[in-house]
This record gives sequence, C-alpha cells and structure tokens, in this order.
Amino acid sequence: MAFEYAPAPESRSVVDIRESYGLFIDGEFADGAGGRIKTVNPATEEVLSEVVEADAADVDRAVAAARRAYDRVWGPMPGRERAKYLYRIARIVQERARELAVLESIDNGKPIRESRDVDVPLVAAHFFYYAGWADKLGYAGFGPDPKPVGVAGQVIPWNFPLLMLAWKIAPALACGNTVVLKPAETTPLTALAFAEICQQAELPAGVVNIVTGAGETGRLLVEHPGVDKVAFTGSTEVGKQIARSVAGTRKRVTLELGGKAANIVFDDAPIDQAVEGIVNGIFFNQGHVCCAGSRLLVQESIADDLLAALKRRMSLLRVGDPLDKNTDVGAINSAAQLERVRQLSELGTSEGAERWSAPCELPERGFWFAPTIFTGVSQAHRIAREEIFGPVLSVLTFRTPAEAVEKANNTPYGLSAGIWTEKGSRILAIADKLRAGVVWANTFNKFDPASPFGGYKESGYGREGGRHGLEAYLAK
Amino acid sequence: MRTLAGMTATVASGLDEVARSNAALRAFLHGLPGVDQVGADQRAAMLGTRSIKTTAKAWALDLAIRMVDLTTLEGADTPGKVRALCAKARRPDPEDPSCPPAAAVCVYPAMVGVAAEALDGSGVHLASVATAFPSGQAPLDVRLAETEAAVRDGADEIDMVISRGAFLAGRYLDVYSEIVAVKQACGDAHLKVILETGELATYDNVRRASWLAMIAGADFIKTSTGKVSPAATLPVTLVMLEAVRDFRAATGRQVGVKPAGGIRTAKDSIKYLVLVNETVGEDWLHPDWFRFGASSLLNDLLMQRTKMSTGRYSGPNYVTLD
Repeated sequence: MAFEYAPAPESRSVVDIRESYGLFIDGEFADGAGGRIKTVNPATEEVLSEVVEADAADVDRAVAAARRAYDRVWGPMPGRERAKYLYRIARIVQERARELAVLESIDNGKPIRESRDVDVPLVAAHFFYYAGWADKLGYAGFGPDPKPVGVAGQVIPWNFPLLMLAWKIAPALACGNTVVLKPAETTPLTALAFAEICQQAELPAGVVNIVTGAGETGRLLVEHPGVDKVAFTGSTEVGKQIARSVAGTRKRVTLELGGKAANIVFDDAPIDQAVEGIVNGIFFNQGHVCCAGSRLLVQESIADDLLAALKRRMSLLRVGDPLDKNTDVGAINSAAQLERVRQLSELGTSEGAERWSAPCELPERGFWFAPTIFTGVSQAHRIAREEIFGPVLSVLTFRTPAEAVEKANNTPYGLSAGIWTEKGSRILAIADKLRAGVVWANTFNKFDPASPFGGYKESGYGREGGRHGLEAYLAK
Repeated sequence: MRTLAGMTATVASGLDEVARSNAALRAFLHGLPGVDQVGADQRAAMLGTRSIKTTAKAWALDLAIRMVDLTTLEGADTPGKVRALCAKARRPDPEDPSCPPAAAVCVYPAMVGVAAEALDGSGVHLASVATAFPSGQAPLDVRLAETEAAVRDGADEIDMVISRGAFLAGRYLDVYSEIVAVKQACGDAHLKVILETGELATYDNVRRASWLAMIAGADFIKTSTGKVSPAATLPVTLVMLEAVRDFRAATGRQVGVKPAGGIRTAKDSIKYLVLVNETVGEDWLHPDWFRFGASSLLNDLLMQRTKMSTGRYSGPNYVTLD
C-alpha cells in the first residue's frame, strides 16, 4: 500500500484580508483618485480584494510625502537611530511571519513551504542585515561620510512580492533615503501588510509610501521629476523602457531584469544532489524566478542517466494547493503568465524539441502548469533563448568544458549560472569564464542578504544585497 | 570516466569482476558519484518538513511499529529482561489487539536461545548482533564462530559489523571477504551489515561502504551499532537509500535499509518513512525492506497510536516499560 499524505492545509484564519485597500501615503492609508483593480488568488481564481490604481495625482502626493520625510526627518536622522526602526521592522516581520507567509501564498500562488521557509525568513534577514549597516556607512568603502541620494522610486515584480520589497526598502532606508514603492498589480497584499508593519514600528510618516497599480502607475513613478533614484526588478522589456525614460535626467538607476541561466552538470558531479539542484533551480517558485536555472547543460556522457533520474524525481513533485504544507509546486501567478508559458511550450514542441511533463493531477480551477522538461533542445530553439518564467526546463548537452562555457554565455542575459562538479579546480576555472552575476557551485537558488545579486548584459545593472547593495543608495 | 552508465555496466557484467582485486574494488568504489554533503543535508532537512497528519499518520504509525527491531544490547541483559522484551514485541499494546507486532527482537548471541523460545510461533523475527559487536575487533574465526552459534541457537537474522579500521585504511577487499565469509556462516539467516556510519564520517564513505556491503551479499545495510555517536541520521539514511535504489537498478537485487540508534520519537520515525517514500518508493515501505533499530521508540509510537484513536495522550504510565 502506498504512503498517501493526507491534506495538511495551513490555516487561513491568521490573515485578515480587507475588501478593499487604499494607498499608503505619509503614514496613513488614504483613498486614491485612480480606479480600482482586483487581486485574485491564482490557485482558485477567487477575488481577494480591491486595490487602488494610483494615478498621477496619487503618485505626486506620495513623492511629495517622501520628499518631506527625507528633508525633515529621515535624511538628517543619525544612522544609529534609523537602525532602530529597521531592527524593529525586522522583529515585527518575524513576529508576524506566519500571517505574512499565508498572505503571500494566497496572493501569489507559491507553496506555503517556500513562503514560510524561504521568503519571509529572508525578508527579516534583509532588514536585520541592513539595520547593521545604518550606523557604519562611513566604513563601507564609499567615502568617509556618504550621503543618501534622496527619494527612491521602486517598482517590484510579482514573483517574490515581499522579498523584493525588502531587497528594495531595507538598503534604501538604511542609507537615509525615503521610498515610494509600487508592488506588482497581481500581488499587492503583502506590500500593504508591510505598510501596517511600518505603522506598527512607528516609522516616521512618509519614509515608506506604497502606491498600488499597474504598469501605468509604475511609469508615472519612474518618470516623476521628484524621484532621485529608480530601482526596478522585472522584465528586460520594461527595464529597457525605464532606461530610455530616465536617460538624460539626474536619476540614478539600478535594474534587475530577466535571465536564462545555464545550470551546468559535469560528468563528475554529485548526481543525486545535482538532480535536486536542477529541480530546485527550475521548479522553485513555479519557475517564476529571474535567476532560475532554465537551461540545463549536461555533459553528453551522463545525459541519459541524469535525465532518467531527473524524471523520476520530477514524478515526486507535489503540485497543488499552495496552502498545503506538503505542496512543492504551486499555482502560476496569473492567467496572462499561464498563457505565455503555454505559448512558449507549444513553440518548443513545434520547433522539434521533445516534451515531457511530470504526471500530476492539476486542480480544475486556477492557473496551473505541470512541471515540464524539453529534451533535444538546441541553441537555435526559442525555448533555449527566451525567458519562459515558468516551470519549464530546456535540456541541452555538451561534450567539453569549453563548449559548456560557450553555450552558457551564448545568451543576451547573464544573471546567474550553476556548476555541478566534485572537482574544485573546475569550479573556479568555469566560474571565472561565465558571464553571469551570480554563479552557484553545487547548489542553486541560494540567497543571503550579505551576498550581492545582479546581472551582466541584458539582465540589468547595479547590485542588490551585501555591501555592494549600499552603493546604489549613497551619493558619492 | 566516472559515469553512472559505466558503473551500471560494470556491476551488471558481474560482481565477481569488481571484487577480483583490491585495486579493482577501489577503482569501482571511488568511481561512484560523489555525495555533496550540503546538498544531502538540505534534501533530508526538506523532507523532514513534510506534514503527516490524520489518516496518513495513523497508517505510518502502524507501519513504523511493524518495522521496529526491538533491541536490547546491554552487559546487564538477563533472560528475564529478554523474555519481557519478546513479550512486548509479540504484543506491543496489551490493551489493543489491533496493534501489530514488532518486526523482530535484537539481542546478543548469548541471549538468542532464550529469545528463540519466547518468540516461538509468533512470526516475530529473531535478530542477533554478532562478529564481536560493536567494535568488530576480534579474529575472523572467532567472529564466524559467533555467527554460527547465533544461527544455530535460533537467530534468523544476523547483524554484523564491518571492520571500520580496514575500510578506513583502504583495505576494501578485506572488508569484502569478511562480509562474504559471514554471509556464508549465516546460512539461511538474513545478513544485516552495520556500516557504523558515525565512524566512516563522510557521506562518500557511506555510499562506498553501502555498495561494498551489497556487492558482498548483504541482505540489509544498517547505519549503526547504537554504541557510537552520531548513530542514525536522516542524511546518512538518505545516502544509503540512494545506494540500494541504484544497486537494484544496476543488478535487479533489492537490499533493505535499517537506521539504528538515536531514533526515539514517533515523529522522527515518520520522517524516516517520508524519506523512504520519496527516495526509493513504496517497494521499500515494508518490514521486509526497512527496519528501525530502536528500543524506546516503540513506546512513543504506541502512545501516539493511542492518541490517534482516543484523541488523548495516555501518558507513560499506560505503556509497558520492559
């Protein structure tokens, strides 16, 4: 008899989702002048809440509030005082961890295991980490008395809503800047919960402002003349628009964009852990990860065995209810994203690659896509070149280390890469040749607030995290 | 070239080939894919977060009870103590006839005769440690004689220890030959080979020792004697499960796994069952293929089992202390 895990749902009772939310401006929730947009649970298509689609007047008010707070309170405040607020926020995030994890899973579709064990702990860790820097900026290597930049306009994506917020807000505040942040239109709820945390921490009004909305709100924020610094994480296409729009202005920009990372497995790799790393590389967060290991480059001599092991492992993935504690792969974030994943996958088949999906029962309602791999993929296939941003892995083979490097680098992107080999010298030699901002060795998708993260080429510029992450928020 | 395909071909072409010399055996064992410790630990920890509730938990508790090798390996063991343990193994919960028996009782060779009598007709297996347990540091003929005596007195399972000294010194052929000799001395009795993973230290060694034991004819591979710390851990068991999985794929022969030592709670035992389920699958979810070497574990399983059926914890006064 088989071992069937009974449903183990995390309780929804810890979250209290309001019917509608206003904008968080100058320390208060306020109605916006713009229209309303609905946010849905991607696992059930249930409407969760309504949020404001901030218009130009709303963005004006938010930027003005941030400017006032910067000039009067936060900019002049000594670093050691700012640190106290950041520590307080970090502790409140820990105290409300369960609520934030459940809310994130409901709004985003990611499994509770990931929001509970990865997203929310990392959010707290980022605030703790940058709280530590706030009174030590003179020793960070950016001059003896570096100054903040001013008001930061920050636009974040829907794949790690609260974590991306933390990546943006924690270093900005530590350095003495104030922020106006726009969460993604499909995942605004944890950012609004964070606004409550700011109130709870008695953060001075206007230091953090949250304006909800879609692409147009983001454009208004990025192009607002009162913004000194733009930080964006999202698609390369939008990143290019932002780079164009701020060209010729005084604004400083950091962009963290798309990726098509190579996960390179050599024949002397620790096979069982490599299989785990491949799975974690592409199926973590349904593949909605800019640094996902979406291209598997495997040495031809072990390809058949490795793929057999990978398929066996994929068959064990538990796809379904994001709130079930045993779920490994949750829902695709939106109908639009599901459509894109489907289209690119169909393209893979029509271009001649062989498709294999893990056998799993998908729920009837909601947005779902079975974990899928394509074998027989060549560099010329679009599924080997374009970012799918879903649970779809393209498998290519190589014969020599030089060929592996050549194929890995043969992409307009350069955000991350993985190397699997038991040979330490090979790790160093290959990592040195890979044109990617993050190179993982015998692991994948590992994040730490002390480690800088960012891209080469069309994966963006600037670094977030670590000491390097301070640079974007300090004036020289 | 170190490849899985190469590895598979070698084994499939004949185990004798691999063990023809120490050099050949070394080349084979060192040609197995390495184990990345961080990755193995991470996988085991992740599986440890599985939430097993309600019907799944009830099922897992009963299976875990059926997998217990109820063990006493003390200098202070007496016939009275061993008889009490046998009674417990036959009927772990005297108040609930639906509670299944344990898999086996595990004792020192001197106690086998007593245990054989106490278990007669029960279907509970009788395991005996042998081969100068726990150190294995005795001449081979003494270890073989001990094995033969235990089988003669009624043990149908023998838990032997490998010579960790020889293994760590790279004398793989010596370890292999000793296992082959003990297997022969076992006759029809099943042979469990204790690797004492706490002394092998690295996961690479655990994987190599697992293959070595299986090639030499082990019916089960077992983590520990329980006399060395650390004893059984989830990641070590994971590595051993991967080894039996790959060995079956290569040779067609299925080998069992027994973590022993340090597993005290029902919750821990369920983590092991999850590990089995998601590493080797349901073929191993049976007492013929997976065992727990434990003593105090059984009582916690019983208390949890009672809690599942009554909704209340009965407390330690309601389970037998033997």
